Amino acid sequence: MSQDPLNSPEHELFRETVRRFTEEELRPRAREFDEMGRFDTSLFKKMGDLGMLGLRYDPKYGGAGLDWSYSAVMFEELGRADNAGVTMGISVHTDMATPSLAEFGSEELKQQFLVPSIAGDMLSAIAVTEPDAGSDVSGIRTRAVRDGDEWVINGSKIYITNAATADWLCLLAVTNPDAGYGGFTQIIVPTDAPGFRYELLDKIGNWGSDTGQLFFEDVRVPVANTIGEIGRGFQQQMMQFQDERLVACVSAIAGSSMLWEETRSWAEERILFGKPLSKMQNTQFKMVELYTQLTAAKELVNTCVRKRVAGEDATNLITMAKLFCGGVCRRVADECIQFHGGYGYMKESMAGRAFVDSRLISIGGGSDETMLFYMAKQLGF
Amino acid sequence: MKILVCLKQVPHQDARLDIDGAGTWIKEDGIKFEINSYDTFALEEALRIKDAGEAEVVVVSIGPDRVTQALRTALGMGADRAIHVKDAEIDGSDTLGIAKVLAAVAKEESPDLVLMGLMSDDGNASAVPPMMAELMGVPSATAVMKATPEGDGYRCERELEGGALEVVDLAKPCLIAVQSGLNQVRYASLKGIMAAKKKPMDTKSAGDLGLSGVVGAAGAKAQIEKIYAPVRGEGAEIIEGSTDEVVTQLVGKIKELGLL
Ligand SMILES: Cc1cc2nc3c(=O)[nH]c(=O)nc-3n(C[C@H](O)[C@H](O)[C@H](O)COP(=O)(O)OP(=O)(O)OC[C@H]3O[C@@H](n4cnc5c(N)ncnc54)[C@H](O)[C@@H]3O)c2cc1C
Ligand SMILES: Cc1cc2nc3c(=O)[nH]c(=O)nc-3n(C[C@H](O)[C@H](O)[C@H](O)COP(=O)(O)OP(=O)(O)OC[C@H]3O[C@@H](n4cnc5c(N)ncnc54)[C@H](O)[C@@H]3O)c2cc1C
Repeated sequence: MSQDPLNSPEHELFRETVRRFTEEELRPRAREFDEMGRFDTSLFKKMGDLGMLGLRYDPKYGGAGLDWSYSAVMFEELGRADNAGVTMGISVHTDMATPSLAEFGSEELKQQFLVPSIAGDMLSAIAVTEPDAGSDVSGIRTRAVRDGDEWVINGSKIYITNAATADWLCLLAVTNPDAGYGGFTQIIVPTDAPGFRYELLDKIGNWGSDTGQLFFEDVRVPVANTIGEIGRGFQQQMMQFQDERLVACVSAIAGSSMLWEETRSWAEERILFGKPLSKMQNTQFKMVELYTQLTAAKELVNTCVRKRVAGEDATNLITMAKLFCGGVCRRVADECIQFHGGYGYMKESMAGRAFVDSRLISIGGGSDETMLFYMAKQLGF
Repeated sequence: MKILVCLKQVPHQDARLDIDGAGTWIKEDGIKFEINSYDTFALEEALRIKDAGEAEVVVVSIGPDRVTQALRTALGMGADRAIHVKDAEIDGSDTLGIAKVLAAVAKEESPDLVLMGLMSDDGNASAVPPMMAELMGVPSATAVMKATPEGDGYRCERELEGGALEVVDLAKPCLIAVQSGLNQVRYASLKGIMAAKKKPMDTKSAGDLGLSGVVGAAGAKAQIEKIYAPVRGEGAEIIEGSTDEVVTQLVGKIKELGLL
């Protein structure tokens, strides 16, 4: 019997570990994290000890040197944390803020920032979006000017996940305004650097995540904090975006599937007009439709994962998956609220939260239109 | 020092349980399984003894191929070696049959200590540990909340009714069946999971253990007649009103029924 590369006994064991971690450490405290507006960062140490924070990174730095299939397993389970904000905060650290450092960072930089990030001693954030530039990344204006061995940074970033809890930022800044796409650089900024501050933002959903606006006023960091080459920041960041999208798809579909299951249980218990809601054909048909959509989304995501594991280019497929999964999750949340009636409209209901949380999937990590714009070009329009 | 830990794999606590066609067990296809929660505490206890000094931890589980998952989890958590007892002939065994199989494994391994859970999440019989100890001819204690090395054995604190504890001393070799919650069970780390790939797992049949024809449905003295969900009863009365009214009425009812 040939071994499924996505489902070996080791995958199953790792899944069990992450599931238990999610069930024991995250889900029972999901509403507490909402109230705190952030995740209990002490849990990062525990995740580091379990090997969850460096799945694809070189064992030399404490990583596990595994392929994408383990990331998929991890986010399928973390997606069931009943707190989309928490899952997002974790994924920003593991798959959005650290990949460039692991891929392009110098040895010293990796020792200083990657090793503790994999161990769970440091938390990271990715700082790209600005008040005047989101989808159009090339429109950012945060400026890093060289002064001897130091960068002097001025500007602002907005909607940044882990704003309050991060120890360091992977910042995308303009280093040469005249060089077009060759004028951007990725720089590591420790959040205790003088001149840096943040303000938290009040979101409609994803309450368990600390999203903020960042301000840089003459923040000085060594030029040695540059990730990779000066002037290659835009290209490096585009690569870093790829995994972010796939992770978002995996965890979003896992969360939606959990909501579907919860709604099914609800419909079985809720009696109206003398019978369980689940016995009404309308309920059954709608639930089957949602199940079909979720299954299609899962299969599409699995195909993306398989391609990533095989080392094939999956950019087009991941772009379409991001677009499709966002739509499916929004629809599932909307329909599931409906089945819950008045309760679904309460903040405490899983459906109510999913309704506001899932809205983000079509905006964050590149809006639906960014995906459409890209695919239209790919299809030769 | 050798410790044998007996693990049962049971349906996951969140699994949807539907009764099978024969009406004597649940449908097992498509549901997730996990290690019986009581057994995870036993395993953790064994691993703590190992961490504190020299001990080999051997885990054993009886069941179809799916139980290798439970054994692998145990290896991932730090157990050294696994024994998988797999034989269709064992299917349908009662608790005594299972105890015979485990005692036969223990006879081959001659451990200094056997650790297991007090009962299983699915069967709930609490029968296997004392039966196994009797078959092995070793002292045992059930519902153990705490076990500390004492002289040539263990001092065990057993949980009794009403929160009382009983202290018993067991000389090695002995068998300890633990209550849940006596420790914080560790996770299998990714490192442990990868290391487990290289750890040995033996497969044994009833014949290998000299139990052919002795265990299984044929040898069982107890058989499951049927499994069913309790039928919803009639006669529930809902008391309505303010909290004070509800409490007064409730107390009245309890007195009326002579329960107070
Ligand atoms: C909760 C949350 C967390 C976030 N976390 C981070 C983070 O950690 N780091 C980070 O850098 N950013 C983060 N973001 C920012 C996110 O990536 C941006 O919001 C997103 O890229 C969209 O950018 P924008 O908000 O500037 O919207 P805009 O770029 O102004 O886009 C607005 C709308 O314009 C339309 N549009 C865009 N492009 C096109 C097009 N080509 N054709 C037609 N219409 C178009 C779309 O409808 C789009 O939604 C986060 C956002 C949120 C809400
Ligand atoms: C913010 C808010 C304000 C409210 N204000 C008031 C108020 O001031 N006064 C008041 O009395 N009530 C109020 N309500 C309650 C509201 O009227 C009920 O929530 C609504 O009637 C639905 O009832 P329910 O919540 O019990 O859902 P249920 O009756 O349990 O219905 C749940 C779901 O079951 C399905 N369903 C229902 N009937 C059928 C059917 N025949 N066939 C198939 N499927 C069906 C639908 O999907 C429905 O959404 C309010 C609710 C909210 C959220």
